[in-house]
Amino acid sequence: MLKTFSLGGVHPEENKFSAGKKIEVLPVPEQVSVPIAQHIGAPSEPVVKKGDEVMVGQLIAKSTGFVSANIHSPVSGKVFKIDDVLDASGYKRKAIIIKVEGDEWDESINRSDDLITDITLSPEEIIKRVGEAGIVGLGGATFPAHVKLSVPPGKKCDILILNAVECEPYLTADHQLMMEKGEEIMVGTQILMKALNVDKAVIGIENNKPDAIAHMSQLATKYSGITIEPLKVQYPQGGEKQLIDACTKRQVPSGKLPIEVGAVVQNVGTTYAVYEAVQKNKPLFERVVTVTGKSVSKPSNFMARVGTPVSQLVDAAGGLPEDTGKVIGGGPMMGKALSNIEVPITKGSSGILIMPEKIATRKPVENCIRCGKCVSVCPMGLSPYLLMTVSDKSVWDRAEEEKIMDCIECGSCSFTCPANRPLLDYIRLGKGKVGQIMRSRTK
Amino acid sequence: MNVVLITIISLGALGSLSAIILFFVAQKFKVFEDPRIDQVEEVLPAANCGGCGFPGCRAFAEALVKADDISDLNCPVGGADTMSAAAGILGKEVTAAAPMVAVLRCNGTCDNRPKTSNYDGASSCTIASTLYGGETGCSFGCFGLGECVDACDFDAMYMDEKTGLPVIIEDNCVSCGACVTACPKDIIELRKKGPKSRRIYVSCVNKDKGAPAKKACSAACIGCGKCVKTCPFDAITLENNLAYIDYEKCKLCRKCVDVCPTNAITELNFPPKKPKVEKAETAE
Amino acid sequence: MNTLTVSPSPHVHSGDSVKKNMYGVIIALLPALAASLYYFGLGALIVSLAAVISCVLFEWAIQKFLLKTNPAIMDGSAALTGLLLAFNLPTNIPIWIIIIGSLVAIGIGKMSFGGLGNNIFNPALVGRVFLLISFPVQMTSWPEHGKNLTSYLDATTGATPLSIMKEGLANGESVSSLMDKIPSVSELFFGYTGGSAGEVAAAALLVGLIFMLLRKIITWHIPVAVIGTIVIFTGLLHLSNPEVYAGPLFHVLTGGVMLGAIFMATDYVSSPMSNKGMIVYGIGIGLITVIIRVFGAYPEGVSFAILIMNGFVPLIDKYIKPKRFGEVIKAGKK
Repeated sequence: MLKTFSLGGVHPEENKFSAGKKIEVLPVPEQVSVPIAQHIGAPSEPVVKKGDEVMVGQLIAKSTGFVSANIHSPVSGKVFKIDDVLDASGYKRKAIIIKVEGDEWDESINRSDDLITDITLSPEEIIKRVGEAGIVGLGGATFPAHVKLSVPPGKKCDILILNAVECEPYLTADHQLMMEKGEEIMVGTQILMKALNVDKAVIGIENNKPDAIAHMSQLATKYSGITIEPLKVQYPQGGEKQLIDACTKRQVPSGKLPIEVGAVVQNVGTTYAVYEAVQKNKPLFERVVTVTGKSVSKPSNFMARVGTPVSQLVDAAGGLPEDTGKVIGGGPMMGKALSNIEVPITKGSSGILIMPEKIATRKPVENCIRCGKCVSVCPMGLSPYLLMTVSDKSVWDRAEEEKIMDCIECGSCSFTCPANRPLLDYIRLGKGKVGQIMRSRTK
Repeated sequence: MNVVLITIISLGALGSLSAIILFFVAQKFKVFEDPRIDQVEEVLPAANCGGCGFPGCRAFAEALVKADDISDLNCPVGGADTMSAAAGILGKEVTAAAPMVAVLRCNGTCDNRPKTSNYDGASSCTIASTLYGGETGCSFGCFGLGECVDACDFDAMYMDEKTGLPVIIEDNCVSCGACVTACPKDIIELRKKGPKSRRIYVSCVNKDKGAPAKKACSAACIGCGKCVKTCPFDAITLENNLAYIDYEKCKLCRKCVDVCPTNAITELNFPPKKPKVEKAETAE
Repeated sequence: MNTLTVSPSPHVHSGDSVKKNMYGVIIALLPALAASLYYFGLGALIVSLAAVISCVLFEWAIQKFLLKTNPAIMDGSAALTGLLLAFNLPTNIPIWIIIIGSLVAIGIGKMSFGGLGNNIFNPALVGRVFLLISFPVQMTSWPEHGKNLTSYLDATTGATPLSIMKEGLANGESVSSLMDKIPSVSELFFGYTGGSAGEVAAAALLVGLIFMLLRKIITWHIPVAVIGTIVIFTGLLHLSNPEVYAGPLFHVLTGGVMLGAIFMATDYVSSPMSNKGMIVYGIGIGLITVIIRVFGAYPEGVSFAILIMNGFVPLIDKYIKPKRFGEVIKAGKK
């Protein structure tokens, strides 16, 4: 019996069309626009100005607090302007726009492909380097990685969990990265283990990637303390709390962080970025992005620079199909629909999913028939039908009582609802409101 | 016969006993209340709309009775009549507040503002606005999902199918402000109703620079500042590429309307002016 | 470029729909319908058709003319209510009574609450109980199985095992002597007995249950809780005095227990939302059923039990919450 998390869960069609497609390096675009808010936390502060010459890997916006991240130039060229542009969030946000000239890399970056296994830095130096390199959670949540690695005083971490679940349908970026950069991920894991001072690491991989499980298991024999945990295919296993539950049977209490149960979770993509930052001194400015969809002619995995327009990735995958109805930044369950494909990819872009019009539009909303299916699929054990009603009626104290803040926005409820009710839409609204109320209370 | 008698007696006794208990309980738990609260509540409109800032008419009546100076308190629904009636009961002074009315500061009709995407989520402006900037290039304007219309308790709003914008029926509008609170984009504003309901306002909330604003919507305020220079009364201010007319200072001269290159300034209820009539959004 | 559609996540849907679930239940009822036609012939056909058609018509008319909404009769919920109502009626009942029952079921049981999803009580049972109280004679004369294949109103009638038991016990007869007067367990299981149109064949109803469980239309909680409670409760009573209290098998296989536990109690709208709540609800139905049957005036109590527990559903939903993630650990380790 394969392990999985204990409550709820759904199993959407996997549709991993781009599985097994080699990671192609996408050509450097002519112009990039790098948003200064690509992570959870305070937006970064630009340190370049219009007309400045920048090199690949040069710091262009610096972190403005503990929970914030540096941003490095993904290209070399001249800063064209710093202006508000439409980003993937659907709102206009400040971005640094750089006109590309050549491809000059900062000299401190080691561009060779050699595997460096010796870890020379001390734990403190590793965390500092990770912070400097602007590494954020590449699974999509974009939480600054150095924050997670800094275990708060009084807490103890005893296990590192690597998230290689990729439970979102369609996406294959992490899968392909494991197949091609397995060794580097192993070294990255060793680095993270050193930084956290733990001797145990588990890599959780869903059973729909047998080749990755075999490959990683074989590599893991060479490194001490790393085990591979094949998991039953179940969405949302990639949710931090669900993954910890699946791998260790520990449940993070409501409103608490994983460190409460002694676990730290990092995505495999993040681990690879950590390897590059620590061993090659390369900051985070490019990442693997899956471009896929039912009618996409060439579903692919690309290594793309941050700031590249989505349209360029789409063109490289064979162009926008005729029947396109929706373009999603991320996976179909938690991704964000884009209103415009000229928006840039960011550190958190794990995939670009192009959905045909037929399946992109929602079906008409019907009355709730109280079937209880939303309750049984909720991985957090909440009552989505009730949360939707209280959010719709603005009964915020009741929403808080019903633990609306525990919702991880996985979308299993909306996915399942036979009456096509927009449960998550309303719950998200309620979460925002209740969060505001709770914050104003602590002030 | 006996049965009937017993029934009557026993039930009668039970009834009297309950009445006595109720009487004593009512005495014990009696709460003293100023009788004037009831009287004041009587003259209030009983709409319980919250336009006064209190939760319902009774709470407002309590506030009126309690306050020494009631000149800050106003019932927008009842207006001056209600307030003077309430003031009469309480023997307090009241200054008549100028009647207000809600205006929609967006003229992004389907024609003026081409669609760039289709929204397909839950039919709620608040949800749409947390998701993204909206179906058009303008991320400030009206979503047209009608949350304000739902919030209106006075049948003073409806959605215009053709323009995709809500319309305020000013005769019904009591300026309770429910729509103002409901709108996540802060488009609706309560403004002075003006003499003969005549008023002028900037029908746009777009803070983008001129070029993108104009590209997104042909009726957008592009922040050119012509109106600011034209206004003889310093009633217009320009901030974040957006003009705003202070209704306290505006003397309704309509000079700004003429100079606005995008017709973003709307005039309402003026008699037709010369042959060239501004295409104004009529909210009748 | 086409205009892109933008909506909040998730962007995919399971494809499940209200319609699929409703028709799924109707399909699950087909074996029992077939059994009913086999045992009661013409009468079963007329009763089923009349109930389904009148329920659908009433739903359509109320939506069209009273509520002035777009009639949504194709979702199958009205047809399902009709079929369930028919299953709860004797097969020799006149059509006009069926029509009244349908009007009560749809009009009062469902539409007066606001239509599908808003009713507190199971509409089919509201209709059935209304008829049972209003027309006790017609509602409790049961055609004999297998003897009335071509007759309808003129069917020969006989007593059901439950009424034999109830009257016999009242007359001071012992359970063991009464058990000889009623069909054997295997006959009861396959439906060789008198009763309402759809309730007789436990085997056919179980086939429907398996179908619904496989299609994930319902979960096991309610049927298991109801039947389990009845088995345990009547079992204990039987052990305490086998001559006064009939055994669990008799209780489970007679009357409407199977139909009620599998199809009536599991009605989405009037049952609780969480699995824990469903179990509490099922236990309640089981207890009340046995209490009515053994200690009450009516020989059968399933419909009343379900309706009573329907009334408790809002309370159950309020106080019995699903197990939340992270709750267990707080008390346990760490």
